Amino acid sequence: MSAQQLNIAAPRSGDIDPKYLRQSASSSSNREMFKWLFMRISGPILLVLIFVHLFSNLMVGDGVHGLNFGLVAGKWASPLWQIWDLTMLWLAMIHGTIGVGTIIDDYTSKDRTRVGFKVALYLASVAIIVLGTLVIFTFEPCMTDAAGNLMDNSPSFCFNQ
Amino acid sequence: MTTTFEPTSTTDNAGAVDSFTVTVQVRRYQPEFHEEGYWESWTVEMHGTDRVLDALHKIKWELDGSLTFRRSCAHGICGSDAMRINGVNRLACKVLLKDLDTSKPITVEAIKGLPVEKDMIVDMEPFFQSYREIMPFLIADESKEPTRERLQSAEAREAFDDTTKCILCAACTSSCPVFWTDGQYFGPAAIVNAHRFIFDDRDEGGDMRLEVLNDKEGVWRCRTTFNCTDACPRGIQVTKAIAEVKQAILARNI
Ligand code: HEM
Ligand code: SF4
Ligand code: FES
Repeated sequence: MSAQQLNIAAPRSGDIDPKYLRQSASSSSNREMFKWLFMRISGPILLVLIFVHLFSNLMVGDGVHGLNFGLVAGKWASPLWQIWDLTMLWLAMIHGTIGVGTIIDDYTSKDRTRVGFKVALYLASVAIIVLGTLVIFTFEPCMTDAAGNLMDNSPSFCFNQ
Repeated sequence: MTTTFEPTSTTDNAGAVDSFTVTVQVRRYQPEFHEEGYWESWTVEMHGTDRVLDALHKIKWELDGSLTFRRSCAHGICGSDAMRINGVNRLACKVLLKDLDTSKPITVEAIKGLPVEKDMIVDMEPFFQSYREIMPFLIADESKEPTRERLQSAEAREAFDDTTKCILCAACTSSCPVFWTDGQYFGPAAIVNAHRFIFDDRDEGGDMRLEVLNDKEGVWRCRTTFNCTDACPRGIQVTKAIAEVKQAILARNI
């Protein structure tokens, strides 16, 4: 039976002090549902993305000691790691933004404070997502100094050109 | 002819119950006299069979008649005397003093998140407003009205058995940290009572209730902290019921 067919007033409706009425009448959008679902789907995916990321950066090869400009530059030369890091960036940022948005809702009581924090949060998230995406795709691994010499720690493939 | 009944055995102190002193520290709010709430303690002699409610009665009847709290049945059925006892929501009539640590004062406060009016009395209207909004009554299709009672299988009854037990004490809703910061949240009790009808196969208003709870202030506000399940004096698996309603909304929309 659809919601439209039946229209039954709750007992005592119309007889209620307006101060007790809920401010948000049913929005009939699934916004909150999708936010909830996104947190649950992105969480486990992030779990895999983040731990493989940590393992490949900190444990494989020279481990922490091998972590430098060259390692990052080398990884981003491969489409696999480009996609990997891009997915991680987007999922973590959107997941984190929704999560911090929830926390802002928790701790702010005035509308103005809440909107202020939310605007700052969304601006920061968009800036980081845009910059991060830009860096992953336009990264120049073989950078040279003013004299035209390759930078120290450049990934090995730069020297073969 | 007269018959006398003799007990089969007698003990001199049969029926004697241990007594002990206990300090009850109550968060008082008396708006006629003090703008702010304050703590007040009483030390009373109580028995091993007494509950927190009995201590409150003793204080009210013998020491300070201004102490104010709700209670009706005194047996865990009416749901009037939910309060914060030693920091957790309980019915004062279901907590035995001897089960608490009586070497320290027992703290008693009003439940949180609803406006306090006097001592343990809170304004329950916001709580009941959420309850009304989920339409806590059977909604049946009149065109299919049966000529006899609506039969239901035992399995179908089982689906919502747990949530029929609610006594609307508000212990769950007022234990929920989301409700503390967002008084507009429907809260666990409203969801439990919606669950009771959503999963009742004789009811046809499920879609409407799921729609109501798909609101910004509906089930998605729940952060699964389990405070409600822990608080429920009826042992209802409140968090599980909320999860089932979330699943039902998802199943309906996807
Ligand atoms: C490692 C894998 C991760 C998993 C499995 C995961 C899972 C979750 C889930 C299920 C929620 C929703 C909690 C709720 O609604 O009650 C959540 C909330 C949140 N997540 Fe994650 N997450 C992960 C990584 C991250 C990362 C990388 C960030 C930061 C960028 C993050 C930031 C947050 C924040 C701020 C919240 C809101 C906390 C709250 O609601 O109190 N999470 N996470
Ligand atoms: S679900 Fe339990 S705690 Fe909540 S109102 Fe009902 S009886 Fe009280
Ligand atoms: S007085 Fe009725 S439930 Fe405690």
